Amino acid sequence: MDGLVKYLLVFLVGGTLCAIAQILLDKTKLTSARILVIYVVSGVFLSAVGLYSKLVAIGGCGATIPLLGFGHSLCQGVFKAVDEMGFRGIFTGGLGAVATGIVMAVVFGLIASFVSKPKSKVK
Amino acid sequence: MSGNLDRLTEKQYSTMAASKEGKSKLWKDCLMAFLIGGLICLIAQGIKDFLLSGFFAENVYAFDEEGAAAITTLIMVFLGAFLTAINVYDNIGRIAGAGSIVPITGFANSIVSPAMEFRSEGHILGVGAQMFIVAGPVLVYGTSAAVLVGLIYFLLH
Repeated sequence: MDGLVKYLLVFLVGGTLCAIAQILLDKTKLTSARILVIYVVSGVFLSAVGLYSKLVAIGGCGATIPLLGFGHSLCQGVFKAVDEMGFRGIFTGGLGAVATGIVMAVVFGLIASFVSKPKSKVK
Repeated sequence: MSGNLDRLTEKQYSTMAASKEGKSKLWKDCLMAFLIGGLICLIAQGIKDFLLSGFFAENVYAFDEEGAAAITTLIMVFLGAFLTAINVYDNIGRIAGAGSIVPITGFANSIVSPAMEFRSEGHILGVGAQMFIVAGPVLVYGTSAAVLVGLIYFLLH
């Protein structure tokens, strides 16, 4: 039963964060790229003031998988690196914490561009 | 006179219809974003819990919380990238809207999709540069914000 509630919360938190972005997409003139930037930066600041960790405690992957969680990782990565190595950590911590995802996407993107058929550029 | 009246009602009708349609479109968009976004997060949670399970620890590798979270992100990015490469993710996106953009799988999609699309413009300024058309701004403002809070954190501690 506990497990069921946990998964329900993951679904609710993740779904709600996506639905909020959808409202922004439909109701404002913000492009998806702008919304992603807003989400990441919001994630960094919400994480810095300690609020995002609380949402992660409730929603698990529902909070970490949306791009707000990417901001949360950036922020927590910087904090951890500052604790460990002081001033230098301000610069190494952020990208270090999110490197796995970025590098995977970049390498995969490069491979995909080699093997896939070039799509016609109709948007 | 009657023509004028007809036109008026027709106009009223069309604005009414448009606002109704706009409203129901917003509801439908939000519902789909909610359902598919939530589902993607649910899949990630399932992967993470499997990585942390006793079965996985005994038979493959005993992850700690942080390691499992990192591998989960890696798998989700891989899934997003893979589904993009086989032209499935963009179809999901047509239905899911923000539900496919906001999760980390959408971040992977934003890198892989232009990489494939701009191949015809060469591998340096086509693939290499266009890959970061969305991910670039996200990283610029995300890391800058992180440096700012990191600096404040450093000064306070």
